[in-house]
Amino acid sequence: MKTGIEIKDLQVHFPLRGGLIPKVKRVCRAVDGLSLRILPGQTLGIVGESGCGKTTLGKAICRLVKPSSGSILLDGKNVLTLRGRNLLRYRRDVQMIFQDPAESLNPRQTVGQILLEPLKIHKIGTAAERQDRIKSILSEVGLPPAAVDRYPFEFSGGQRQRIGIARALVLRPSLIVCDEAVSALDVSVQSQILNLLLDLQEKHGFAYLFISHDLAVVRHVADRIAVMYLGKVVEEASRERLFAEPLHAYTRALISAIPQADPTRSRQRILLKGDVPSPIDPPPGCPFAWRSYLRCSEEMASRPGQWVEIQPDHWVEAHPGTIENYDTLFPDAPRPEEK
Amino acid sequence: MLEVTDLSAGFETEQGFLEAIDRISFQVGERETVGIVGESGCGKSVTAHSILRLLPQPSGRISGGTIKLDGVDLATVSEKEMRQIRGQQIGMIFQEPMTALNPVHTIGRQIEECLKTHGWRNKQEIRDRALDLLREVGIPSPEQRLREYPHQLSGGMRQRIVIAMALACSPKLLIADEPTTALDVTTQAQILELLASLKESLSMALVLITHDLGVIAETCDRVVVMYAGRIVETANVKELFANPLHRYTAGLLASIPALDSVPKTPLPTIPGQVPGLADLPTGARFAPRSDHPEIQKYLESDSFETERPNLIEASPGHWVEDCDYVRTDR
Repeated sequence: MKTGIEIKDLQVHFPLRGGLIPKVKRVCRAVDGLSLRILPGQTLGIVGESGCGKTTLGKAICRLVKPSSGSILLDGKNVLTLRGRNLLRYRRDVQMIFQDPAESLNPRQTVGQILLEPLKIHKIGTAAERQDRIKSILSEVGLPPAAVDRYPFEFSGGQRQRIGIARALVLRPSLIVCDEAVSALDVSVQSQILNLLLDLQEKHGFAYLFISHDLAVVRHVADRIAVMYLGKVVEEASRERLFAEPLHAYTRALISAIPQADPTRSRQRILLKGDVPSPIDPPPGCPFAWRSYLRCSEEMASRPGQWVEIQPDHWVEAHPGTIENYDTLFPDAPRPEEK
Repeated sequence: MLEVTDLSAGFETEQGFLEAIDRISFQVGERETVGIVGESGCGKSVTAHSILRLLPQPSGRISGGTIKLDGVDLATVSEKEMRQIRGQQIGMIFQEPMTALNPVHTIGRQIEECLKTHGWRNKQEIRDRALDLLREVGIPSPEQRLREYPHQLSGGMRQRIVIAMALACSPKLLIADEPTTALDVTTQAQILELLASLKESLSMALVLITHDLGVIAETCDRVVVMYAGRIVETANVKELFANPLHRYTAGLLASIPALDSVPKTPLPTIPGQVPGLADLPTGARFAPRSDHPEIQKYLESDSFETERPNLIEASPGHWVEDCDYVRTDR
């Protein structure tokens, strides 16, 4: 990876078939038009709640689901049209770590076999070199060399996640997509794995796409953070800016909802109305304005917001229903109703 | 009101009887919220299930101690009496609302069933009570919801239904086992807010079991910290977070990334891992992971082999395991 990965107007729609003669009845808009950049060696954090499309985004980047439109460019080359040898080469560059290590490791393979398989597929090194690499990777992720001959069930949850990390690392990728990689772990183990992920990045200089629902964890590891809501990015900024000055009402609600381990703090939770709408037939216009705690008429909410760079490198979905002081922040911006 | 004394419980396995909780004692006062916190496998759910006598059968059983609810020992009452106590005096909420609800019955039928079990007969009264409950837990258009099935509702709504069912007979104690773990953060905020307001309006006591110290800090009056089947520390919530006396509690608190910590710096960790149920030491169970400078001395001593440390009151209301090598202030 030289200039990074650029995602432009990506859409992943899943057709839902039904009826006696199956035909497409409805469409699930899992990812509905988003643009992002992942820079080499950097960590882009993606936060959002279940069903916002963050996992689908990760899978689309790994070419595990087929986007309906838009493009993903790696160093300027379109990834979505890659086939055969070039696709194999791309997959070597982009690896993934999954949420539940118990389900993403083959129970019938030993750790050695799990780590050997990617090397075989990509025809890397001789047999002796492969074994050397497996050994060095194991020690890097903090597993004993004897782990090679053991099976995943013999390890604890944290150690299994280390195996998952080793598997992603063995091909020396330039981007690792971590999909809720620490969510299933206990707090004391979670901090060990987070430390390991940060150490490895410092040592090898790869980029992370760090997907999580936990804003505090994302804040700890990410350089930039994108907040997703219903298939779209609603706010994107550097970590410092996003936490110092969140603009979107959803970002504010998310930050306020994090339970803080400090009983002396007075809590000021922003409670949202209702639940996240379904990505199947989402509400028209700005989907968040319908749930916002800001005043917004129904007519206004049914008009889409605009994706604007409100400050250098701080992007937000601007809509009267999503931003407080919309009128003072955007004195010249055409209000959606005037369009 | 609830007084648990020296409660032990465990499971029959191929390796013999394994104790999952070892002589734990705590009290819950009227209208008090007590949080039980610990990592997977520390016995916090076994504690909840023992109080309700819902340990998986036939392998699970209570092997000692008493559970007194207003003077009645729940560990020894008959199953028939226990059925009356569950629901009527103690309500319960479990982690995953989808598994707590029956997918083939409507919401209305499930709430009504739980009222009928506890002696409600008049159809109209039952229906009115069900509607009231749904309103109480903040469900919009309750008449329509009564006719719907669990799969038609979102996770947060389902958890509200489960709470409504737990409250059906106005219990004086509510036990919530990880009630928000399966939910999203914004939904979690809604449910925690709901639990807090219901507790006030219905003047219940609440036992909240969770692994999330943030949730504990925001909702509880008192905290019980469990490790490997034992209580290692218990104190008032402010005292515990400000001045953790057990090294395990201190380690847990330090390892959470906080919103005001410095990003990208290594987080403090607790070395090692939780011991398995089959090879638990008699002495302080956290000792092998403790970073006390002289811990090696303790691990090699006879007292680690033979002496079970009891809880002592280090300062008023603040109890901690009586072993210098796992304490932060020794």
